[in-house]
Amino acid sequence: MRFRIFRYDPDVDEKPYMKDYELALEPTDRMLLDALIRIKAQDDSLALRRSCREGVCGSDAMNINGRNGLACVTRLSDLKEPVELRPLPGLPVIRDLIVDMTQFFKQYHSVKPYLDNSEAPPEKERLQTPAQRAELDGLYECILCACCSTSCPSFWWNPDKFVGPAGLLQAYRFLADSRDQTTSERLDNLEDPYRLFRCHSIMNCVDVCPKGLNPTLAIGRIKELMVRRTV
Amino acid sequence: MNFSVRKFDAVIVGAGGAGMRASLQLAEAGFKVAVLSKVFPTRSHTVAAQGGIGAALGNMGEDNWLWHMYDTIKGSDYLGDQDAIEFLCRKAPEGVYELEHYGMPFDRNEDGTVYQRPFGGHSQNFGERPVQRSCCAADRTGHAMLHTLYQRNVRAHTHFLVEWMALDLVRGPGGEVLGVTALEMETGEVSLFQARATLFATGGAGRIYAASTNAYINTGDGLGMAARAGIPLEDMEFWQFHPTGVAGAGVLITEGVRGEGGYLLNERGERFMERYAPTMKDLASRDVVSRAMATEIKEGRGAGKDKDYILLKLDHLGEDVIEKRLPGIREIARKFANVDPVKEPIPVVPTCHYQMGGIPTNYHGEVVAPRDGKPEVVVEGFYAAGECACASVHGANRLGTNSLTDLLVFGKASGERMVQYLRANLGHRELPGDASELTRSRLARLESQTSGESVYEVGGEMRRVMQAHAGVFRFPDMLVEGVRRIREVSERAKHTGIKDKSKTFNTARIEALELDNLIEVARSTMVSAEARKETRGAHDRADFHQRDDVNWLKHSLWYQDGDRMEYKPVHLKPLTAASFEPKVRTY
Repeated sequence: MRFRIFRYDPDVDEKPYMKDYELALEPTDRMLLDALIRIKAQDDSLALRRSCREGVCGSDAMNINGRNGLACVTRLSDLKEPVELRPLPGLPVIRDLIVDMTQFFKQYHSVKPYLDNSEAPPEKERLQTPAQRAELDGLYECILCACCSTSCPSFWWNPDKFVGPAGLLQAYRFLADSRDQTTSERLDNLEDPYRLFRCHSIMNCVDVCPKGLNPTLAIGRIKELMVRRTV
Repeated sequence: MNFSVRKFDAVIVGAGGAGMRASLQLAEAGFKVAVLSKVFPTRSHTVAAQGGIGAALGNMGEDNWLWHMYDTIKGSDYLGDQDAIEFLCRKAPEGVYELEHYGMPFDRNEDGTVYQRPFGGHSQNFGERPVQRSCCAADRTGHAMLHTLYQRNVRAHTHFLVEWMALDLVRGPGGEVLGVTALEMETGEVSLFQARATLFATGGAGRIYAASTNAYINTGDGLGMAARAGIPLEDMEFWQFHPTGVAGAGVLITEGVRGEGGYLLNERGERFMERYAPTMKDLASRDVVSRAMATEIKEGRGAGKDKDYILLKLDHLGEDVIEKRLPGIREIARKFANVDPVKEPIPVVPTCHYQMGGIPTNYHGEVVAPRDGKPEVVVEGFYAAGECACASVHGANRLGTNSLTDLLVFGKASGERMVQYLRANLGHRELPGDASELTRSRLARLESQTSGESVYEVGGEMRRVMQAHAGVFRFPDMLVEGVRRIREVSERAKHTGIKDKSKTFNTARIEALELDNLIEVARSTMVSAEARKETRGAHDRADFHQRDDVNWLKHSLWYQDGDRMEYKPVHLKPLTAASFEPKVRTY
């Protein structure tokens, strides 16, 4: 199988280039990550992040034939050759397929991604009905892989000002939690021409999310909450 | 190579469940703490835990910590320390409630309480019938827990150093621990982190086996560092083979599938666990189920064209239950096994999953080692929690859900103990002149070595040897041969060569350094397994097929220096409860 992989090591390369690799697949090579591990066995200088190899840790997000995804859950049999691999778009490249995610996490942190409830907690659990808990489904499962935010043109243009789909999905995760008491502060924090309103519902985020989540829907819900509190 | 020295009150190595539970105690107490992690915290392997957290909340029916304690001791095949196990089971509910208060999205019952599902080896009234004790968030409990802990740490302003790999432990002249050396991956820069208290929460080393549910990062870094610094490793022969790894892929399928009513079938469609464990059936403890599956396969009743796997049936639960309680499993089965469990069974095999042994600690999370004739003397300034530690609550076999309970309870306990220690012991001690010598020489060797076998080849050989010689069933001649071969591999690992010499995010260098750690774990496992002449929990020997409490009711301690073995007694006396005397173990 043929691969073309983006290579750039600031220590030795003046500029990035695409390097071709050819790999004879073994029957055990099911996912793209399996192939990348074996390419790395031939050429140990290829740098990428990886960990769980089952789509839950979010380490190995990359641009695969023009589309963001996780290498560990992308089937080799579904890929057109040569398989072209690039780092996630829009973030600074540290080396090869490894990007600097500082800006992405800064935006995540900016939504205060933690439960805020100033009442003293009860001795046991806070109660929550199954219906209230169901409001968190499709939100809490985010793995922070950044596939969505780095496929979003608004995030590319304004990564410092627009929270981006991943951060906004988490912003809504806490707005939707019956145990959180800071709805109005959370909305204030997003009421800004950029932070929330740069989303133009292009829906690239929904298209690429490896967990099948829908940030656009969550963003719509936040906008609804904003409207509702002004009337 | 000039290493800069950075001073902190405490250093925590590892930002999984245990590390991040401990860091909360320290951050909230106002100490200056550095949390070093090879990966961004939410990528730690706790994220992959699926089924739940064991805690006797009693939300689904009567339950209490004493039953949980009994189940854990029985599950450990009586090798677990009963004081630590009592501590674990009594503190578990508080740990779950705290997580809930932090915002963890637990599944709920109609009355608003946390939903709990049945799990292997957990019973009501000392083994009478299965109990619902596993607190879960669908089949993504570890993910929900790890993200919740990270979020709480963001709130507490914990200082994370992300993509830093700790390399070696620094000890003073009296053996006290003074910190670690660590490498920043992005820049290749090495620093010495000087600390008054150091906690290892580095997780397991399941990557010593060829077939493993573990993430690539699970390379036993804490164990390697401890072993190189002269700290013994405890009970390393005990490795849990999880009954249900996806055949061929190794990816975990939670025991929660069986908790929710799924069961195992052999090629004939027989529900064979009824023969091996008449009361608990598919919810017997993991060593029992894995052994039964391996026996079925060995005796020719495996499924598939090569008769080499077992079928996990859950279609009878219906699509609604599967979507609600086991959505992640459906996703994994479709991706990695090409089956939709709503319609077809999942092909599974016992797969290396969890390391019961580790760095010896007491139930406060303090590292203990023999000294001056005493078996357990605290190593000053050194703590360990989670899978890298051996408290020992899991003994010879861990119960499902108790790994997350362990992270919560001992993460917090070690954090609290460190706070006490830091308050009583002010000021950093002087670093010895050769504090970073070992690290310097390891890096220099990698830098100068231009030829030699690749890390990939040597690591592959180690994984094959471990898989073939120290699996579910263990044979005397294979163990002796295994010790010889793993020593050979460990010599080869000293001469690996990497081609990549870049300073920037050099993952070849990282993998070479990780191999050093894996090798220590592999050697300790093989040597300890060869030495233990009995069958107990996950350690099953063909030549000594019974548990032998007269000679072997004791913990193994392996020292790196000369592969030396020592032993120490099991704590049979709990903190307040009456002792549970060893008896024959049936499910």
